[in-house]
Amino acid sequence: MNDKNGSFMKSKRRLIDNILWIGLIAVLAALIFIPGAIGKSTHTHVLVLVLLYASMAQSWNILGGYCGQISFGHSVFFGLGAYGAGMAMVTYGSMPWLGILAGAIIAAVTSVLLGWPCFKLRGHYFAIATFAIVEIFGRVFLIWDWIGGALGLDYPIIKDSWSYFLWSSNKTGYYTGALVLFVFIFGVVRYIESRKLGYYMRAVKEGQETAESLGVNSTKVKLTAMALSAFLAALCGAFFAQYNYRVDPPMVMSLDMSMKFVLITILGGMGTFWGPFLGAAVLIPLQEYTRTSLAFLGPGVDQMVYGLLIIFMMVRQPKGIMGFLAEFGILGRNEKKEATGDDAS
Amino acid sequence: MDFFVQVLIDGLMNGAIYGLVAAGLSLIWGVMDVINFAHGEFLMVAMYTCYWIGMLVGLDPLFSWVLTGAFLFFLSAGSYKFIVRRSIGKAAMAPLLATFGLSIFLKNFCLNRFTPNFRLLSGTSLEGKVTHIFGAIVSQPKLVTAIFSLVMLCVLHYMIKKTRIGRAIQATAMDREAAELMGVDTERIFTLVFGIGGMCVGIAGGFMTSYLAVFPEVGALFSLIAFVVVALGGFGSIPGALCAALLIGLVESFAGFYIAPVMKYVAVFALYLAVVLVRPKGLFGW
Repeated sequence: MNDKNGSFMKSKRRLIDNILWIGLIAVLAALIFIPGAIGKSTHTHVLVLVLLYASMAQSWNILGGYCGQISFGHSVFFGLGAYGAGMAMVTYGSMPWLGILAGAIIAAVTSVLLGWPCFKLRGHYFAIATFAIVEIFGRVFLIWDWIGGALGLDYPIIKDSWSYFLWSSNKTGYYTGALVLFVFIFGVVRYIESRKLGYYMRAVKEGQETAESLGVNSTKVKLTAMALSAFLAALCGAFFAQYNYRVDPPMVMSLDMSMKFVLITILGGMGTFWGPFLGAAVLIPLQEYTRTSLAFLGPGVDQMVYGLLIIFMMVRQPKGIMGFLAEFGILGRNEKKEATGDDAS
Repeated sequence: MDFFVQVLIDGLMNGAIYGLVAAGLSLIWGVMDVINFAHGEFLMVAMYTCYWIGMLVGLDPLFSWVLTGAFLFFLSAGSYKFIVRRSIGKAAMAPLLATFGLSIFLKNFCLNRFTPNFRLLSGTSLEGKVTHIFGAIVSQPKLVTAIFSLVMLCVLHYMIKKTRIGRAIQATAMDREAAELMGVDTERIFTLVFGIGGMCVGIAGGFMTSYLAVFPEVGALFSLIAFVVVALGGFGSIPGALCAALLIGLVESFAGFYIAPVMKYVAVFALYLAVVLVRPKGLFGW
């Protein structure tokens, strides 16, 4: 009886989620067609960043949230994707698409090669190993002349077009691109959430030994999650390079960039579908707002607010905004259990 | 040959200093299984404290390390009381991320107050003095810092192994509940361990101000090196941290001299990865 009720609740939850999801896409897509809503304004810039950072966080969420492997090394894959696009545009002077694909594939392969040995490490040792990997990549890229070294790659100014994925006069193209990326990455996660891989990943997160005893090949699951996560992070990196018209090592392959992946997801709610979007939707506008409105207090004040927000969140509710929603009873009983990981009920 | 001795001595001196910076982190990690991400920023705060004491009061870093050590003891213990303690046990990595938030705050606070400019304390008693050891030229402030780091590490090791409070710390690290049953106030021990961790880095920072310029980003590299030292040395072990730190210091200076300056940290981090993949708990871990 109880079980039946539970599964009914779950399917109802899924239905609501689907409606919310399709509604969100419809609203975001409709903005493109409303004249004046999207264009040159800073609001468009904030919207593009929200979609980009939500996508990045969601790509990290696959490995960190669903599979439970907290990596601080995702800026490496992000950077590989950015350099894929940058090399195609700047060094080979061609359209970026092949480069983006190549960068994403290289990122996925690299992630497997790095993940294979690193998954032997647990907890903090894994975290520190991923820090070390970021430092190595960042510094090697800094002195590697073929890819532009410390100067990085500066994009040429060309005519706005979809074939080059570059726009200089207005941001509508970037907004559309970011929306496609967002829908694609969230769609992938939505798809695997209810598939075998999604269940395997959550099983590995809950307890690797238990999952293995039930016949889950945990190494294979972790590596699959890692490769998928890296591939998607690389796509975000490519978009980032196209959007900024340049790429250099400190911009993409830094520890701060890695932390962005982690913090946005955690701020929203790790291991939940909506978490990465909520985290980005709260953090990015807040940061852009504090940077301009608190500028009179001198440099760094927006970052101080950011730091305090992280501290507050970790002290008050490490499950993020999803945890807050559950706490205030906005989600139902089942969801509360899911979001807070509380098995007591 | 001259170069070899010079590089060797430089590496050993850097290693000893890294040892003291990492010791506090190692202790915290060993006893509480928490990574204090703000460790490098504590170092930066210590250096600024020492710098301002030197500028405003005119006290030499040779003496003001006592004050920076005491100040960092309270700063670190306070950040445990108000931040870390409240985030422990809530979610994976919550304390790490909370201290990361603290590190961003401290870094940008100093950026805001003291500008990003490099500040070097001038007019200290050892400024510009050098000693010649086997043909190598050694800067005295750095040599004093290195020797004092070794002394401090010995004191710390003695304190943990021999004194009553040290045994209580060891007991808490081994089994918190059992220690509580034996009458150890583990909450106080945790605060104390955090305080001692901050004190180590405060003392190191105080001495380092005599030869190193202070700026808001100064801690970032030191904290990464400290993480690597601790993971390499095995957590909670002071001799392990010292050995790992000396190794890291040597690799850094030899790779910097014989390969390329920019490769020195690549070599350090690559060495760490290579070791940890063979021995997942570090060289001296178990």
